[in-house]
Amino acid sequence: MLELRDITFQVEENGVDKEIIKGVSLLIPDGKLVVITGPNGGGKSTLARIIMGIERPTSGRIFFNGEDITEKSVTERAKMGISFAFQQPVKFKGLKVLDLLRLASGRRLSTGDACEFLSSVGLCARDYIDRELNASLSGGELKRIEIAEVLARASKMSIFDEPEAGIDLWSFNNLIRVFETMRKNIAESSIVIISHQERILNVADEIVLVNGGRVEKKGSKEEILPELLRSSAVVSACVKGTEDKA
Amino acid sequence: MKFDEIQLRLLEEIADLHGVPEGAYNIRSNSEALGRRSTDHIVITPKKEVSGIDIEIAANTKNESVHIPVVMTESGLKEMVYNDFYVGENADVLIVAGCGIDNCGGADSEHDGIHRFFLKKGAKVRYVEKHYGSGEGAGKRILNPVTEAYLEEGAEMTMEMVQIKGVDDTVRTTVAKLKEKAKLVVRERLMTHGAQKAVSTYEVYLEGAGSSADVVSRSVAKGDSFQKFDAKIIGDAPSYGHTECDSIIMDNGKILAVPGLQANHVDASLLHEAAIGKIAGEQLVKLMTLGLTEQEAEEQIINGFLR
Repeated sequence: MLELRDITFQVEENGVDKEIIKGVSLLIPDGKLVVITGPNGGGKSTLARIIMGIERPTSGRIFFNGEDITEKSVTERAKMGISFAFQQPVKFKGLKVLDLLRLASGRRLSTGDACEFLSSVGLCARDYIDRELNASLSGGELKRIEIAEVLARASKMSIFDEPEAGIDLWSFNNLIRVFETMRKNIAESSIVIISHQERILNVADEIVLVNGGRVEKKGSKEEILPELLRSSAVVSACVKGTEDKA
Repeated sequence: MKFDEIQLRLLEEIADLHGVPEGAYNIRSNSEALGRRSTDHIVITPKKEVSGIDIEIAANTKNESVHIPVVMTESGLKEMVYNDFYVGENADVLIVAGCGIDNCGGADSEHDGIHRFFLKKGAKVRYVEKHYGSGEGAGKRILNPVTEAYLEEGAEMTMEMVQIKGVDDTVRTTVAKLKEKAKLVVRERLMTHGAQKAVSTYEVYLEGAGSSADVVSRSVAKGDSFQKFDAKIIGDAPSYGHTECDSIIMDNGKILAVPGLQANHVDASLLHEAAIGKIAGEQLVKLMTLGLTEQEAEEQIINGFLR
């Protein structure tokens, strides 16, 4: 279970302080798949990065399974069981797909085991296992490998920052299946997905609408989704594109 | 032939050897030949006027190898060695060289080797050269290899040059001349630390039509070390040449990359790429999200980069 208590996040832009997160409190319970959605620039990705420890909040506290992790490093949080799939996967010269899957799983994965993770994100494993994670891979391929790494981690909490960005339609169907399977096997873990996509929202147990650095609405999918679809928030966000660096 | 422990360790580092290699070999230790073996197709003979050997590889020799490692364990030795390789037509062989210096004393140890390769028509050589230094002595471990390669029509040479640890001072000079359709591939891996200095100079002449060269260096400079990568390709004919210097810089390391391309023919296509920078912060963060500490992440990134 993860709890955000009155989180704020400020950055300096052209000498002026800008508040990106304006006091967010949020509970992510175990056994739930929570989708955080909202317009671009609303602070969704920043919130995800704050949970992972990549960004430090200006004020507020973060608790993971009852422990205050606000001051903990990315490494410590990862070891406690938080995983993060980057919106824009990082490239490495020389490191191979198998290396990353092994580092992610924390053990010397056999090629067979590694292949299973790749297959589950729709990649023909044999073709990829020895590939370098460099620019020779397409954006969609890198993205799917990124998701496979999170699967290999099998953590208590998995965060996906716009998993659909840069993925083609065929992969997208596959992606939905990945999340459905994760949802089925969720047990005591929890999943947070940052997304604009209606079909991803559809997999959610709970939906959180973040807008202007605040939680505007939260509740069960049944409660929130119909309302969201009536309003323009999700639709307009999709039309504007999928880039969200805020 | 018996090895002591230091010799064995050095041989393993530079040539992956755990004893006497298969095939032809010449093992040199502290300026003396420790052992030598020729085969039916590969004949090794010592030079008369200077220190060194001639290696003659018969035409059409396939799937054979030559190991010529050099180890130095006495402090203060300084040697100059001339090795010439004559590779016959259509031969296809692996040549493993390399030098390991263990210097526990106060005097500098230095090995300067001049390797010349003469590849006949259609000959193929994969050449692996590793350098390694160890020992706690104040004396420096110095290596200055000179490599010359002359490739006749259709000959191909792949050079893997690796120097990852312990060599204080090195000046590597490589000159290659390529005839029609000859091909040269160089993969250099270099890491320097402490106050080490490494200079690597390439001069590749694409003399024949359809010849090509691909010279790629990946390096890491740590501590107060200095590296210079100076790669020059001269295109005298319709040819293709590419050089690349890709470097990670850390601490107070310094790297100078000097691109040099000279096209003397309108159909010579030459390209140079150079990139120097520290490890990208996002790479560190990414590996930290997998549970690695910053230092572990750094090691993984560098090991992969220099693989």
